Amino acid sequence: MFKYIFKRLIISIPLLLVMALFTFVIMQKSTGSFYDLLKMDPLISQETIDRYVTMYQLDKPVLVQFFQWLKNMCRLEFGYSFYYNIPVAKVIMGRMGNTFILSLSSLLLTWFVAVPLGVLAALHRNRFIDRIIQFFSYLSLSTPSFFLAMLLLYFASRFGFFALGGMHSADYEEFSFWGRAVDMIRHLAIPTIALSVGSIGSLQRIMRGNMLEVLGQQYVLTARAKGLPESRVIYLHALRNAINPLITLLGYSFSYLISGAALIEIICNWPGLGTLMLTAVRSKDVYLVMASFMMGGVLFLLGNLFSDILLARCDPRIRYD
Amino acid sequence: MTKNDNKHYSQFQLALMKFRQNRLAHISVWILGLLAGVAIFADFLTPYSYDNEERYFSYCQPTPIRLKDEQGKWHRPFVYGLDISFDQYHKRIYKVETETRYPLRFFIKGDKYKILGLISCNIRLFGVRPPGRLYLWGADSRGRDLFSRIIYGGRISLSIGLIGVMISFPIGLLVGGIAGYYGGKIDDALMRLCEMFMLVPGFYLLLVLRSIVPPDFNSFQVYISIIIILSFIGWAGQARVIRGMCLSLREREYVLAARAMGLSDLNIIVKHILPHTLSYSIITIMLTIPGYILAETGLSLIGLGIQDPYASWGNLLSEAMSIIQINFAPWILLPGLFILITVMCFNIIGDALRDCLDPKCDTGKAI
Repeated sequence: MFKYIFKRLIISIPLLLVMALFTFVIMQKSTGSFYDLLKMDPLISQETIDRYVTMYQLDKPVLVQFFQWLKNMCRLEFGYSFYYNIPVAKVIMGRMGNTFILSLSSLLLTWFVAVPLGVLAALHRNRFIDRIIQFFSYLSLSTPSFFLAMLLLYFASRFGFFALGGMHSADYEEFSFWGRAVDMIRHLAIPTIALSVGSIGSLQRIMRGNMLEVLGQQYVLTARAKGLPESRVIYLHALRNAINPLITLLGYSFSYLISGAALIEIICNWPGLGTLMLTAVRSKDVYLVMASFMMGGVLFLLGNLFSDILLARCDPRIRYD
Repeated sequence: MTKNDNKHYSQFQLALMKFRQNRLAHISVWILGLLAGVAIFADFLTPYSYDNEERYFSYCQPTPIRLKDEQGKWHRPFVYGLDISFDQYHKRIYKVETETRYPLRFFIKGDKYKILGLISCNIRLFGVRPPGRLYLWGADSRGRDLFSRIIYGGRISLSIGLIGVMISFPIGLLVGGIAGYYGGKIDDALMRLCEMFMLVPGFYLLLVLRSIVPPDFNSFQVYISIIIILSFIGWAGQARVIRGMCLSLREREYVLAARAMGLSDLNIIVKHILPHTLSYSIITIMLTIPGYILAETGLSLIGLGIQDPYASWGNLLSEAMSIIQINFAPWILLPGLFILITVMCFNIIGDALRDCLDPKCDTGKAI
């Protein structure tokens, strides 16, 4: 199994590099590229430009520049961000962590809400409570996350309680540890909810379907026939088998969340990779774009890898060859 | 199905009959049809053109159409005039002037437009004579009528979904078909190509691709570029699924027969293999259109999509990016509601189609 996963990882890396080359060429060749901006900026002296030109080989063809960048990348030098005026690595690590926090919290919220709801709906199939849950799932599936974020921001601005955008309050530094945690949660709430609601709808539907399928199986009948209490039948026999197929989705939904998070981050002003990527693309800050792009790809890869491993761990029937 | 029992139905007719039974899906089709129809005839149906601005009435509140005036007298439908004052923070306060009434007129002369892009015309279905302004759903930052702009925006938002799928889906079909039919190295190469697009977060790719578009493009060129960019990203996922289906389809006997008869490979793929993915394709098309609409909206929302003065739903919603603005003029959230309704209709129709086209999901009630 690990051989398979390893193989996949090895294949993914050149593919990611091709994507990187593609991005690099686009960024350097598009109108008003970074070199042009550099030359026109009166604040930057000729010596500085010369220094950058030799450092990143800006006067050479794009391919040479790309390999120069790749070489630096291998030495973990991500280049210099001209927008923020600090090395890219310094900007990106914190941002990556923030995106990770947001995605992780949405993932947790999704799972802790969707799975119980799915079970509840399946146990009350076609009854009132099921209908209500199905209706709201459908609504949540169709609600664009950014619209939901805006609605939440609007209501929060009217009624208070959750913080509006950003990641910390202004006086964050003065808080105690718990104060900081609460502050963070207050800021995290809106983007997390906006990001999760759609996935809750779909995951709930899948869970309900699985649960219904499992409840119709013979071993559930057997368990009931031998007189086990209903709670044992459901939570010990049915639930475990119904959750199993969902495990595959876990990793993929994580990757999906990272992509989906970008827009929510921008709307809620969450200082994550998505917001950074937007700033970078807008200001043609090529090394920042490249680094955000690669880090997004890496998070994505990790998500997929994680789901592969998890699946193999949970389901002994899976054999990768 | 009790009538005409001896009549034979084609599979398509059976599916259609089953689809008709789904009332929710039926309503959704009508709603989408209505939205599209209204968008097509936007010029005639709206009181103002999308770029008719009156900056004096920035973020003007909705002006309801009334029948009864303050004294309790009945009139033909009319709107009151508005007066502006500023509070100490220079915030606009709109006051209804009950002295001036502007009656609602039908087939009124308004902003010029061209029927089918040819015949110049200025008759609009309804409106009020200036200096009165009719803001059914309020105004945006430049005092443009939100109702008109939402309807005009439907043109762009809906068409981007449709055209985007029409471009990307054939590519996905063809690539998937070729990969599945030939297998081996071609399959490997094409699938690696698809994976490349799925290896990075879609939104990031969207941002990068958007920066290819030169800043001096006019609005129409930007519109076309956005469609192309969305299709460019969108085909990969579909190609993978189609490829999976074709892998098993190519083993069928009729494919062997077609090959024995000397048909060219492309002919076999297009005429004999791909039609069998039809029901999947129809369902997927229905479920991917909202994805395109949302992607366009997302892009416009952050100012990288459709540019002012042209309206798309995302572009309109971008004014709601600031909380202060939402608080001051909550009606600017309305375009989001339209996106929601459209996406929901497509989802309902897609689900209904899956129920009636996919035999595997058949619950067996008909028997």
